[in-house]
Amino acid sequence: MTDHSSDSFFSRLKAGLGKTRELLFMNVEAIARGIGPVDEKVLSDLEEALILADAGAGLAHEYAEQLRAKWRRGELPDVEALRAALRRMIAETLAPRMVPLAVAPPYPFVVLVVGVNGVGKTTTIGKMAHWLRGEGHPVLLAAADTFRAAAIEQLKVWADRAGAEFVRHQEGSDASAVAFDAVRAAAARGTHAVLIDTAGRLHTKAPLMEEMRKVVRIVGREIPGAPHEVLLVLDATNGRNAIAQAKTFREFTGVTGLALTKLDGTAKGGVVLSVTREIDAPIRFIGVGESVDDLRPFDAAAFAEALF
Amino acid sequence: MFENLTEKFQGVVKALRGQGRISEGNIEGALREVRLALLEADVNYNVVKDVTAAIKEKALGAEVLASLSPDQHFIKIVHDEMTKMMGGEAQELDLARRPPVPIMLVGLQGSGKTTSCGKLALYLQKKKRSPFLVPADVYRPAAIEQLKVLGSQIGIPVFDSNPGADPVEICREAVRFADRNGYDTVLLDTAGRLHIDEKLMEELRRIKEAVDPSDILLVADAMTGQDAVNVAKAFHGKLSLSGIVLTKMDGDARGGAALSIRAVTGAPIKFVGVGEKLDALEPFYPDRMASRILGMGDILTLVEKAQETIDEKQARELERKLRKSQFTLEDFREQLLRVRKMGSMEELLGMIPGMGGKLKDLKGAAPDEAELKRTLAIIDSMTREERRNVKVLNGSRRKRIALGSGTTVQEVNRLLKNFQQAEAMIKRFSQAGGRKAGRNLPFFR
Repeated sequence: MTDHSSDSFFSRLKAGLGKTRELLFMNVEAIARGIGPVDEKVLSDLEEALILADAGAGLAHEYAEQLRAKWRRGELPDVEALRAALRRMIAETLAPRMVPLAVAPPYPFVVLVVGVNGVGKTTTIGKMAHWLRGEGHPVLLAAADTFRAAAIEQLKVWADRAGAEFVRHQEGSDASAVAFDAVRAAAARGTHAVLIDTAGRLHTKAPLMEEMRKVVRIVGREIPGAPHEVLLVLDATNGRNAIAQAKTFREFTGVTGLALTKLDGTAKGGVVLSVTREIDAPIRFIGVGESVDDLRPFDAAAFAEALF
Repeated sequence: MFENLTEKFQGVVKALRGQGRISEGNIEGALREVRLALLEADVNYNVVKDVTAAIKEKALGAEVLASLSPDQHFIKIVHDEMTKMMGGEAQELDLARRPPVPIMLVGLQGSGKTTSCGKLALYLQKKKRSPFLVPADVYRPAAIEQLKVLGSQIGIPVFDSNPGADPVEICREAVRFADRNGYDTVLLDTAGRLHIDEKLMEELRRIKEAVDPSDILLVADAMTGQDAVNVAKAFHGKLSLSGIVLTKMDGDARGGAALSIRAVTGAPIKFVGVGEKLDALEPFYPDRMASRILGMGDILTLVEKAQETIDEKQARELERKLRKSQFTLEDFREQLLRVRKMGSMEELLGMIPGMGGKLKDLKGAAPDEAELKRTLAIIDSMTREERRNVKVLNGSRRKRIALGSGTTVQEVNRLLKNFQQAEAMIKRFSQAGGRKAGRNLPFFR
């Protein structure tokens, strides 16, 4: 992940937003243009824009009320000021969540990647491996998604691309056993980072969640302090259900970080505003595309800017 | 959260009770709750506006049916309106034309296209069709391999796509191949793509032009949020969708995206995916979906599932027992056996209104297969008297039962606790059901 990220990410989001405007039948032109006086209509448009960004009706209302109060106190002369105030509020809320993932000794630093089906766990791992290799870390990828057809092959391709080591078992074997072998191999070889890919699972399936708990336990027994990071991958396209996902995965695996993927579409991922209220974990990464460079550190201000 | 919402919803709706008719004055609060319920279920904001407007128009001045109180009537109007908006009857695939019939699956990354392809193939095979699977995703690593593995699991042939080829050519060639080899239905699994990726959207249009599919199905994740309308509009605008497959419905997402997508495309939802196994594909029932989005529980599905496995007479007997608080471990045992036949207990409990969030308390009551066996062993190790009256189970009896069943006293205790929970729940449920909906005990019908 490089530092030009904030700039190009922002322009990409802007570009995405431009396309959204053509697609959407939403009624927020006044806000988008950022001109004119503030009135009740503008405030309700803003609330609407937040709801459309998946921030949730309750939270959107909360923000709108706070802005309404400011407006009544005469603090918001025009729409531009209103927008800036809301962005500031959101950026301030999320700023404490800007804590990048620090892969540091004692090695191996073990990262367990979890999430529901189809959020982009494997792709995120591939990108992380690429980033860590670029930082000079020896990396090992563990194919603990032994359930989905060809998931192992998919991860192998990423391992080869990034020049990472790779540990796998047969399809259908025990995920904990793969994780166990991977951390052992990493410890023996002096590998810095182990990234464990797991099968997507709906958080409502208790037996599958128990299996995750077991992976955490086994890895921790082998390497004290491991997993050093349990990274929950959330799909920005998802709506309010992401809250339930976060709560349940936290309960079973002790989530320590979040990755928000698919922000290169028109979905805004506003649900993280609610998610971070519920669980106390930083947002480590955002995903903005399918190529190896499309993983970025989370930037609260840029995120707030792109939200509405 | 959902439970709160549902309770709140019911609370406000209750305010309508005792009113002679629904009027402008007393409907606003109820409409507000409907609006919030729909937004929390991820129905798109603009769609919510349309739905609530339609509900209001219907509800105002409507004569309250003699058999219903105004609050019940209001809920009925809400439910009916949403059902109508999601399309009346379940719709089938269009397989009438001369084979081979190409069917295209399209959608965002991770929505479940490849798995749905496998499920549809199995579904078609059961309908005596001869399906052919075509992996046309040359971008995602191992995507072709994934469909090949799925195909081999269900014994359905898969086209040997060349990952270096143009997806349009792959599809064209695959349909020709199917024609020559006597496959009558061709399932084209396209790569996941963003609806704003113009190059890849154009690729889909060219595939459509090349093979002239009879169905173009958008595969959409039931957990999708507000963005569902943008996605659906873009795909529909480019391809004229013929239907939707709604996936990951086995989770606890309320699935408001179903309503949004239907509203902006007009295309019917033809299937829902309800699990990772390849037979976990079901037809779509708008009325049940309406209940789910509103958080009213999927009573109908539950009733239907239960009907398949429970004998009417036995059910009535059980209901009588429950009402007289005579639910015993013998009945519990029987229920466990039935539940095993019906599917997972969690799945069933999830369908009961208001039960969603209580699942956690009942974790112990939703046994897996091994636990089920142990539970049955424990019950079987009891005397008839013990089974009928758990109160007699003192310490020494529990010890004996543990020994006899090869379990521990703790396990016996846990079972008894679960049983009491189940008993309490069923009692509560039977009372609530009887009062509210005029439906007593949907669980056991």
